[in-house]
Amino acid sequence: MQLFSLASLKRYGGNFGIRGGVHPETRKYLAAECAIETMPLPSLVRVPLQQHIGAEAVPLVKRDDQVLKGQLIGKARGAVSAHVHAPTSGRVIAVGQFAAPHPSGLPVATITIRPDGEDRWGPHMPRMRPEDADPAEIAQRVMEAGIVGMGGATFPAAVKLTLRERYPLHTLIINGAECEPYLTCDDRLLRERSEEVVDGIRIMARALGITKVIVAIEGNKPQAIEAIRRHIFAVGPEARVVRVPTLYPMGSEKHLVQTVTGLETPARALTAELGVVVHNAATAHAVHKAVRYGEPLISRVLTVSGFGVKRPANVEVLIGTPVSEILDHCGGLTGTPDRLILGGPMMGLPIQSLRVPVIKGTNGILALEAAETRRHEAMPCIRCGGCIKVCPCGLMPMEMHARIHAGDLDGAVETGLLDCVSCGSCSFNCPSNIQLVQGFNYAKGRLAAKQSQKHQQEEAKRLAEARTARMEAIADAKRKAMARRKAEQAAKKKRQAEEKARQAEAAATEKTSNAGTDAQTAGPPPQEAAE
Amino acid sequence: MTGGAIVSGPHAHSKFSVAQTMVSVMVCLSPATALGFYQFGWPAILLFAVTVASALIAEAICLLLARRPVSIYLFDGSAILTGWLLAMTLPPWAPWWVGTVGAFIAIGLGKHVYGGLGQNMFNPAMVARAMLLVALPVQMTTWVLPPPFGEPGAPEFWEALTITFGGSGDIDAVSGATTLGFVAAGLDGGRHLTDIMAETFPLRSLAFGHVPGSLGETSALLLFLGGCLLIAMRVIRWQTPFALLLSAGGLSAALHLLDPMSYPSPLWHLASGGLMLCAFFIATDYVTSPVSGLGQLIYGAGTGLLIVIIRTWGAFPEGAAFAVLLMNACTPVIDTYTRPRIFGRDRKGRPLELPKGARQ
Ligand code: SF4
Ligand code: SF4
Repeated sequence: MQLFSLASLKRYGGNFGIRGGVHPETRKYLAAECAIETMPLPSLVRVPLQQHIGAEAVPLVKRDDQVLKGQLIGKARGAVSAHVHAPTSGRVIAVGQFAAPHPSGLPVATITIRPDGEDRWGPHMPRMRPEDADPAEIAQRVMEAGIVGMGGATFPAAVKLTLRERYPLHTLIINGAECEPYLTCDDRLLRERSEEVVDGIRIMARALGITKVIVAIEGNKPQAIEAIRRHIFAVGPEARVVRVPTLYPMGSEKHLVQTVTGLETPARALTAELGVVVHNAATAHAVHKAVRYGEPLISRVLTVSGFGVKRPANVEVLIGTPVSEILDHCGGLTGTPDRLILGGPMMGLPIQSLRVPVIKGTNGILALEAAETRRHEAMPCIRCGGCIKVCPCGLMPMEMHARIHAGDLDGAVETGLLDCVSCGSCSFNCPSNIQLVQGFNYAKGRLAAKQSQKHQQEEAKRLAEARTARMEAIADAKRKAMARRKAEQAAKKKRQAEEKARQAEAAATEKTSNAGTDAQTAGPPPQEAAE
Repeated sequence: MTGGAIVSGPHAHSKFSVAQTMVSVMVCLSPATALGFYQFGWPAILLFAVTVASALIAEAICLLLARRPVSIYLFDGSAILTGWLLAMTLPPWAPWWVGTVGAFIAIGLGKHVYGGLGQNMFNPAMVARAMLLVALPVQMTTWVLPPPFGEPGAPEFWEALTITFGGSGDIDAVSGATTLGFVAAGLDGGRHLTDIMAETFPLRSLAFGHVPGSLGETSALLLFLGGCLLIAMRVIRWQTPFALLLSAGGLSAALHLLDPMSYPSPLWHLASGGLMLCAFFIATDYVTSPVSGLGQLIYGAGTGLLIVIIRTWGAFPEGAAFAVLLMNACTPVIDTYTRPRIFGRDRKGRPLELPKGARQ
């Protein structure tokens, strides 16, 4: 229970509020003061080919191949996809399916590498001077480095850097809100590597052709704000750091845009249509490394935390490191945790196996004890309105939930299911402990399946119809041709018959009367004229 | 769908539960209840205990009949709170069976026939009160004003036993009409309001509870403070009580200004009867009131207006129960028309327009 607090009345200067939101216990103190440490080489890395939104990458190596650090091992397929690189040198011991950090828990194609311990770099991509580089070149480099959104959304970053070809952009927002409880990796990155992050921001601003840059950081990270403020001048005079309220889900893209610019993104639209692009702070750091040093995205900083971990820490790990090795590095688990989560406690994924690897979008590994998580059993909805009050999207979660429960997917969509960002605020606040978001995700999955099925059916139907139409057209053409030929033949026969008849007639008349029939033969035969 | 393996977040929770909600309401209700006990003595305490116990028994029976896990639902606090609220609206010296019958009506007919917790359309306590009022007009309108607890003349414990459990008893000696009933009767008799008011209780007594009435009618001030605490604890929102008090006060003020001789002042309205109890503890019942802030404003305003209308022109001197039940019936409609605006959409659900010049 939270007593009415004066702090909640305080307005943060220059911010536009969002509706709803919750104040979960952040417990950032567990890892906030732990400096980033680099983890030693793991005994094994498993690099999934699908670490991003979009199409799976195509493997370029096979079993027993030797790979070098930074070598391209998976090639992006299609416009929305991302390259995958070898995180260290070693031997490929398998290319196959492996469990991935994915809600479905279904295996994805994965390249398993046994490191040789030498960590030998392959040829780097050439260094670039972003000051002289063409925006398209920068975007190309970001694509080559396999950079995706590192806040968890994992949308290929290069796609977002070419948006200026389609929309007139005016503002770049760097998302350093880190509103999820426990996570401190962005905080540490902003504090310890502020110069690099700011350089990455500058490069991205150049790629986008934007001078107005806003770095949004939640008020509970004063040191990060300070650190970035010290360096932000390097981006340009129009760049500034904005302290946003500590409120979950401040890091949600559209809500962050509304908070710092006051612009509300229309439903089903991109923030780019308003002229605003949002990138994560850790993505900026990766861009810096890719452009200045030609290093692809093969490692990231993540937070290991929760009461179930012996030694909470912020660790820089290679992509593909198994969770178990990272936990071992942090002293192991204190007992059997209630839940193991990749990501934050609000939107993170629970994992069943410790063998799953971390991927580009993994910003945390949390081992939560029962006291930190929620009860399992739920009560009926008491219509308290708590979920409605905190929903940042203005939805009525209890109503959507009731409709989904009743099997009324269309009704749920009508009441806004597709506008839900799955932030979990509603479920967090529900006194009846109802798993609202689980229901929404289930329904969204069903909808997507239905849609693709419908799409397939429609496609099949369309193809079948096209085929029938084609066949009919052919048959029709044939029929017509036949009819024409018949008609022609009939006409020909007739003509021939008439010809014969006329000739016979003519012969007869010639025979019978030679003189006095000039007029008759001179005039055209009446039948012929008619035809 | 739900249940089974947990596949999505959030994995954290505010740790605020249904039971805690109910307990918070009870805590905020207890000062006024305690004053009622002090005011009406042992019989009131006995009746209260009987009513709450009956509510629990009724809940247990209904849960067993519905084959629901008794251990989880019985102590979620909702049954206790229903019994408590019902007891607050009963005449404190009523015989025990009034409380028991009321509790069984509330839990059985008011709640479980609809499917139990969260499913009922009408406020259970108010369903029970309305039924009792119609079925047992004598028992439901016999009011007393004894000397307070511990003073000479207040019933001893054994006397209380006979009052509550022993049938009639000699309560005529101290019975009287509630202020509302008194004024209504006087006005019906064609008397002037000023004359009637002179004979009834001053506003101060109404506010502090030294008047005949039900447990929850006695101290408007304590109920108001308890209600404010409930709002401060974020258990209820301010909309319903605010709109209810505003509309009830507004309508009665308008009437009073029109004709001060026949219509009592708004302050008197606000301080008397169950208005405060209704505004903060009954109309705000989650299950039967609208869920959005705007809906709650409409609902509260409607309830307030109805209360004053029923008090002024209706057949019963106190209209809170009927007003709440009528507005409960409107709740689904209010909910449908007061949805919050979805992010990125206008009120009608269409996506917002892009600002001019944003698109190429
Ligand atoms: S998960 Fe969806 S419905 Fe729930 S609060 Fe977030 S946006 Fe609203
Ligand atoms: S918060 Fe839970 S109990 Fe309250 S209305 Fe929403 S779903 Fe129902």
